[in-house]
Amino acid sequence: MAEHQLNPNTWIDKYSDYLFNYTIVRVDDREIAKDIVQETFFAGLRSMKNFKGEASERTWLISILKRKIIDHYRKINSNKGKAEVRMAYNSDSETEGDWLEERVADPYAENAENKIENNELGKAIQNCLSKLPEKQATIFRMKTIDGFDTETICNEFDITASNLWVIIHRARTAMAACMEKNWF
Amino acid sequence: MKKDYNIFIPCDEAQHVCDKSQYNEASLLEKIKLSLHLAFCKVCLQYNRNNTKLTAVIKKSNSQESLHLELSEKNSLQSMFEKELRK
Repeated sequence: MAEHQLNPNTWIDKYSDYLFNYTIVRVDDREIAKDIVQETFFAGLRSMKNFKGEASERTWLISILKRKIIDHYRKINSNKGKAEVRMAYNSDSETEGDWLEERVADPYAENAENKIENNELGKAIQNCLSKLPEKQATIFRMKTIDGFDTETICNEFDITASNLWVIIHRARTAMAACMEKNWF
Repeated sequence: MKKDYNIFIPCDEAQHVCDKSQYNEASLLEKIKLSLHLAFCKVCLQYNRNNTKLTAVIKKSNSQESLHLELSEKNSLQSMFEKELRK
């Protein structure tokens, strides 16, 4: 018998805040985050038959949500970004991870002081991210904030692992300089 | 493929390994090479410090930020979901 089972009647109560919080940090728009969460629940309903019971209900929903967030990133990234990267490092990608195996940290352990500081910190990060070129920001966000593996990002953007690391390097350098100025 | 056993690496490679190690994707050998490089390269040492700091603040922001749906938003989501559930 499967280790975990799905009970869609409790999804909204149990997971809507968690999924919403997970999404809004990544898309930075309340309305879009709400739409993505709703689409995730609907997609979950449609693909219930694919649930094998190996992952927890929440992990399974998060794996669907991550796909939806990728779709959103893909939508907002225009084709002009595809020509951006030409320089290369010597490195091969290593595949790792599986959608159902990915785990996310629980964000609900905090005190009020941390929360205030963290709102400010979140704003500073978003502000620095907004100064990066669009494609660079999206890839940095996917790799660093969302924790997508190298292969998934390379497939989504049709780039090599070397290109990805060049983008990450540029983004990290710019982000560190920006945060140095505004936060550290 | 021929393996690179040269223990001394140039700055661009050191910074690349430093980036990879922020995502736990650097091998043990790469980390050793990086440590050796950092022992005599101040520029990369500074890059490494900034990079590590950046990872720490993003982790902090990522793990603690908490935003919730308003009750009305949750209710509206609930009713739309129930409609879908009945289909």
